Amino acid sequence: MQPFTTMTGLVAPLDRANVDTDQIIPKQFLKTIKRTGLREGLFYDWRKQKDGSQDPTFFLNQPRFQGATILLTRDNFGCGSSREHAPWALLDQGFRCVIASSFADIFYNNCFQNGMLPIVLNADKILAMVNDVLATPGYQLMVDLGSQTVTTPDGTRSRFEIDPFRKDCLYRGLDSIGLTLQHEAAIAAYETQRKTEVPWLFTDLLHNQGTV
Amino acid sequence: MAAQTLFDKIWESHVVRAEPDGTTLLYIDRQLVHEVTSPQAFEGLKLSGRRPRRPGATLAVPDHNVPTTDRTMGIADPLSAKQIQTLEENCRDFGITLFGMNDIRQGVVHVIGPEQGFTLPGTTIVCGDSHTSTHGAFGALAFGIGTSEVEHVLATQCLVQKRPKTMEVRVDGVLSNHCSAKDAILAIIGKIGTAGGTGYVIEYTGSAIRALSMEGRMTLCNMSIEGGARAGMVAPDENTIAYLKGRPLAPKGKLFEQAVQTWQQLKTDTNARYDLTVTMQAEDIAPQVSWGTNPGMVTGIDQRVPDPRTITDENQRQATTRALEYMGLIPNMPMTGIKIDTVFIGSCTNSRIEDLRLAANLARGKSVATGVRAMVVPGSGLVKQQAEQEGLDRLFKEAGFEWREAGCSMCLAMNADVLQPGERCASTSNRNFEGRQGAGGRTHLVSPAMAVAAAVEGHFVDIRTWK
Repeated sequence: MQPFTTMTGLVAPLDRANVDTDQIIPKQFLKTIKRTGLREGLFYDWRKQKDGSQDPTFFLNQPRFQGATILLTRDNFGCGSSREHAPWALLDQGFRCVIASSFADIFYNNCFQNGMLPIVLNADKILAMVNDVLATPGYQLMVDLGSQTVTTPDGTRSRFEIDPFRKDCLYRGLDSIGLTLQHEAAIAAYETQRKTEVPWLFTDLLHNQGTV
Repeated sequence: MAAQTLFDKIWESHVVRAEPDGTTLLYIDRQLVHEVTSPQAFEGLKLSGRRPRRPGATLAVPDHNVPTTDRTMGIADPLSAKQIQTLEENCRDFGITLFGMNDIRQGVVHVIGPEQGFTLPGTTIVCGDSHTSTHGAFGALAFGIGTSEVEHVLATQCLVQKRPKTMEVRVDGVLSNHCSAKDAILAIIGKIGTAGGTGYVIEYTGSAIRALSMEGRMTLCNMSIEGGARAGMVAPDENTIAYLKGRPLAPKGKLFEQAVQTWQQLKTDTNARYDLTVTMQAEDIAPQVSWGTNPGMVTGIDQRVPDPRTITDENQRQATTRALEYMGLIPNMPMTGIKIDTVFIGSCTNSRIEDLRLAANLARGKSVATGVRAMVVPGSGLVKQQAEQEGLDRLFKEAGFEWREAGCSMCLAMNADVLQPGERCASTSNRNFEGRQGAGGRTHLVSPAMAVAAAVEGHFVDIRTWK
C-alpha cells in the first residue's frame, strides 16, 4: 500500500450531508471483479441531467475542480452499503483524502485499507472551507499526517484526531494482513483454548456440503 | 467481575490480543461471502500466495446478481454471469463451501445463514455486506466489512478493531395490531437518525422486543446499519434455541445441549451500563412509510408529507426540499394519498417465511390494483419451497402478484428487476436512497402488511383499519 505522509492538493466541494455509497458508485458498477477503473461510475447519477447529458454544474464536471485530490464534504459521508468500490472509485478519480464533519463507520474504515486518509473536522470549519473553496479558484489544502494538521492557503492550521495504530499503518503503508499474521502464535493459542470452550464452532461441519 | 452487557461478553470472549491503546485483534468465528464484494479479496489472496486459515468457517452464496426468473438457461447479463462464475471458481480453488445458483439452499446471504444454523449465539460473524447486522438477532456480534477485510478474515480469521460504544434501544409495551418489527425499526431510525448509531453497537431490549419472533428480530437487527450502527443484537432466549434446534449446521445432540448452556449465559447483567439508552413505547408506533431518500426520512401512515417551510434548521430544510423533489411529493399531502406503481416484497429485511405467510394471508381473496405491478421474491430456495408447500404462492398468484425465485432482486436492482425513472415503489426492503431500485426510481419503505394493502388499493392505506 502506498504510504500517506503529506500532500498538498486542489480541493473539490460536495456540499451535501448523508452522501450514501449508492450515490458514490451505483450498483451497475459493482459487477466488476477488479479494484481499478471505477472512476467512470463515480457519482454517476449526480453527474447527469435528466436528459442524460452531463450536468455542467456538478462539481466533478467543472473545469476548475479537474485534478482535485481532496474531497470536502458534510455529515455522515459514505453511509449505507459496505461496498469498498466507493473508496476505490474516489481513489481512481484521484482523491486520496476526504474531509468531512463525520463519516459512516464502514466507509471510514475502508479508506484506510486503501491508503486514503479520511479527516474529521468540525461542521463550522467545514462550512467556512466550503465557502472559501467556492470563492477561491485553485483553492488548495496542505494535509500533514505526521502532525495531524490541515493547513489552509492563509496559513491557518487545524488539528484532526486519528487512531494511532491506523495512523502508523497509513504513514508507513503497511500490509495489515501481514501485521496480523505476525501474531499467528497468539491466534493459534486462542483457537486451541476455544476448541475446549466452544467445540461446536470447530467441527468444520461445512466441508464438502456445497454444490455448484 | 464487573457487570457486563451482552456485547461486552461476546467482545471479551473474542479478544486474541489487545494493545495498550485499545487496538484489538478480534477473532472471527464465521464469515459469509457473496459474489459482489469477494472477487478482489480472493484475487488478493492469490497475489500474495495466501490461503484461507479456516475454509470450513466460511459459507458462500451468490445472491445479488441472480435472476429471479427461470435460471436453467443461465444469466443473460455477461457481467453478472462472470461475477457468479468467479465466485464458483474461487470457492473451488480455496475449498470454500458454496450453495450454487441452482442449489435449493441458495438465497439471500442473510436469510440462509440463520436458516442453515450457520448463525449461532455468542459468535462473531462478518460478511462484505452492511446488512450482516441481521445475524445479531441470535445474540451474535455481526457486522459488515469491506472487501479488504474480507480478505483479512479469510487469511487470518481475525480483524483489527477498536471497541465500539454500546447503545440500548429499549421498546416496552405491545405493538398495535398489524404493526411489526419493520415499523418498530423504521420508527427507531426516524428517532435516532441515520447517523445516530455511528460508533455504537445496539442491543434491543424491552418487552416488545422480547415478544418478537426470530424473523421479527432479524428484521429489526437488519436495519441497525440504517441508523448508523454496524451491529445490532438481541439476547438469545427460548425462541432462539427453539429456532436453531435441528438446523443443518447447528450443533447436534450432546454438543447442542452444551451449546445451549453457554447461550443461556448470554444476556446483559442486571447492573451493567450502556453508553447510551434510547427508549420507545410500542403503543406509540404507527405503521411506518418513508417519504424521503434515506431511511430516517420516515413517518406514520396517519401523518402528512413534511413541509420544508416549517423546518428551522437550514441543512435539514434543504435536505427535505431536495428529497421531496426527487420523490415527486407535495408538502402536507396525507401519506395515504401517495399512489404507487410497483410493489416489492422481498430482501434480507422481509422475505422470510413469516413475512410471506402474513403477506399471503392479507392478499387472500384480494386483487392487485389495475396498473400496479407487484412481485414477491422469497429469501431463499427453501423459503420458496416451504411457501409453496403451504399454498402461499397460489394466494399471491391468484391476487395478481408475481411469484419469483430467491435473491436480492429489486432491493438493489443489480439483476434485471429494476424500477424505471419516476416509477414509485412500496418496498419491504431497507434503503430508499436515490436510484437504489433503479435510476430515478422512487422507493417507500414499508412492512409486508403495508405493501400488500398498497398493492391492492394502489395507494398507501392504514393497515390497522384496512378491511
